[in-house]
Amino acid sequence: MKQYLSGDEAFAAGIRLARPEVVSAYPITPQTIVVERLSDMVEDGSLDAEFIHVESEHVMMNANRSTALPWNIYGDQRDSLALLDTGWIQAYAENAQEALDLALMSYYIAEKKDVSTPFMVNLDGFILTHTYEEVDVPEQADADRFLPKYETENCFDFEHPKNMAFSAGPDTNYIFKYKEHAALLRAVPVIAEAEEKFALIFGRKYTGLIDTYNTEDADYILITLGTIAGLSREIADKLRAEGKKVGVLRIRYMRPFPTVEIAEAVKNAKAVAVLEKDISFGAAGTVYTNVTSALQQAGLNIPAYNFIGGLGGRNISHADITDIFEKTEHGTERVNFIGIEVQK
Amino acid sequence: MSVTAKNLDTNEYFYGHKACAGCGGSLAVRAALKVLGEHSVAVLPAGCMSAVGFNFPQLCFANNAIISMFAGTASMLTGVEAGLRRRGITDFQAVGFAGDGGTADIGIQALSGAIDRGDNILYICYDNEAYMNTGIQKSGLTPFGAKTTTTPAGANIHGNLRPKKNLFEIVAAHDIPYAATATVGYLPDFLNKVEKAKNIKGTKFIHVIAPCPTGWGIPVSDTVEAAREIADCGLWYLAEYENGEFTLNRDPKEFTSVEDYLKRQARFKHLTDEDIRVIIESRDKKWAHIRQNWKTKE
Repeated sequence: MKQYLSGDEAFAAGIRLARPEVVSAYPITPQTIVVERLSDMVEDGSLDAEFIHVESEHVMMNANRSTALPWNIYGDQRDSLALLDTGWIQAYAENAQEALDLALMSYYIAEKKDVSTPFMVNLDGFILTHTYEEVDVPEQADADRFLPKYETENCFDFEHPKNMAFSAGPDTNYIFKYKEHAALLRAVPVIAEAEEKFALIFGRKYTGLIDTYNTEDADYILITLGTIAGLSREIADKLRAEGKKVGVLRIRYMRPFPTVEIAEAVKNAKAVAVLEKDISFGAAGTVYTNVTSALQQAGLNIPAYNFIGGLGGRNISHADITDIFEKTEHGTERVNFIGIEVQK
Repeated sequence: MSVTAKNLDTNEYFYGHKACAGCGGSLAVRAALKVLGEHSVAVLPAGCMSAVGFNFPQLCFANNAIISMFAGTASMLTGVEAGLRRRGITDFQAVGFAGDGGTADIGIQALSGAIDRGDNILYICYDNEAYMNTGIQKSGLTPFGAKTTTTPAGANIHGNLRPKKNLFEIVAAHDIPYAATATVGYLPDFLNKVEKAKNIKGTKFIHVIAPCPTGWGIPVSDTVEAAREIADCGLWYLAEYENGEFTLNRDPKEFTSVEDYLKRQARFKHLTDEDIRVIIESRDKKWAHIRQNWKTKE
């Protein structure tokens, strides 16, 4: 059924369809609306779950928000990118429909026995969480066909009691860490499997860890993530019309990271740009660091330029993206802040 | 039926751990689990009991047990209770065992939240009066005058300058269904409070004194005696809060010597006569308030 929903509302609708048994969610700008809608659903009976009024934050969906200092409630991606090493799967939605679909798929992927890894769906704060779009909300019967009931041995059992979340010393700790790593890598085929089943039931097709647009013959490729990919494709179309061979690569999953997929997609390009709403102080943007590592691992010696923008919710304009393509073609500093002359 | 040495469960639920000799905390956990039994799910945050009991592959709880975030004992109890209830399981008790720092300082927000929601959980704070696991640092429940590694005693400052937080009454102020104080020195009293709490629906809290020979500077054989003496000399009291009322369970006609209690512990060795006078004055003020305002049971 088509509905007119914001990103937050679409995500809440996706959660309802996944039939969680316990909801523990804390409202914080810009995702407050998700918690409010879930409360309404429990009240009106459309979601049969225990609703815990938590006194502090537990996050599954993350409305990307700037980090202090200075304080700021608007969107950038520093909050989640700083958590890449914590062992969560991380996906970045581009629009409200994808937010809803990822809500459903995230349960499918995280609950697979071989994966059993927490999943973070990221929505750009305000730009996606608060923007209303037409969203196709699936029927519950179809959602139930897609998402099996969660069965796990990884829980308390009174017949066979378990000690969980224990300590592990230097002799065994690294084995557990290896297992976490291996589980994240095993998520790659499960993501593909989830998307295939999703397409069969709902008719919407997703493309795995990355989403490419006119990259096949492109000389210059802009790599980015989240909502800004839409504007990037629009500018790419305009430049194509002017005869410039440009493309856009949207990263959908930061973990597991599309190391091979990115290298394969950009291998014939003359240069690439990485646009992100993030900076790892004293180094570069974290997406850029991951992308350049992928290129190096594939033996590709393609110039890669980092463009940092949108911090604290600052707008990234048509002109900014046009300028990024321009600079990527002609060469520039390796790490650039949009609109700021970088100090040497 | 009250719990006695005769009818106490002979099964062990917490054993094979590496707690120090004479550990009061491990005694509290072991004893409480004998009352709560195999259908309890224990939640322990960072602290002595999780450090000594959960070292893979030597896992020391015979019942279901899990380590929570330091600040999240009560939040995880909430989740455990909601999750199991949702799965149709009703015959269980979610029980937390957190230290004084993990309760009165780091975990107090989560505890307050759980009481506010009225979650059906039992929270037991085993109080050894400092962050003993990390090497004896002052917590909010370290008493006035105690020497710790962060409140050293010297010529200028005589140990901890602040009194112990009044945790029992902070918890009671939430109008919790049941709260109690106890000490491992009076084990039957503690065990029966656990038994009573088990049968009350809603949030329950027990604050039990559990001496740490390492941190207190007493022989390892003196744990129970020190835990008894703290109540006998009036620096601790056995009480309950129920149905909006405080009840004093034990009202000694005469206190034993505070000075004797303090001077047998290395952490108080440095105290002057003046320091001890301050401690006695504060004890008397507290007891005057208790005797005037609380019901007495004896």
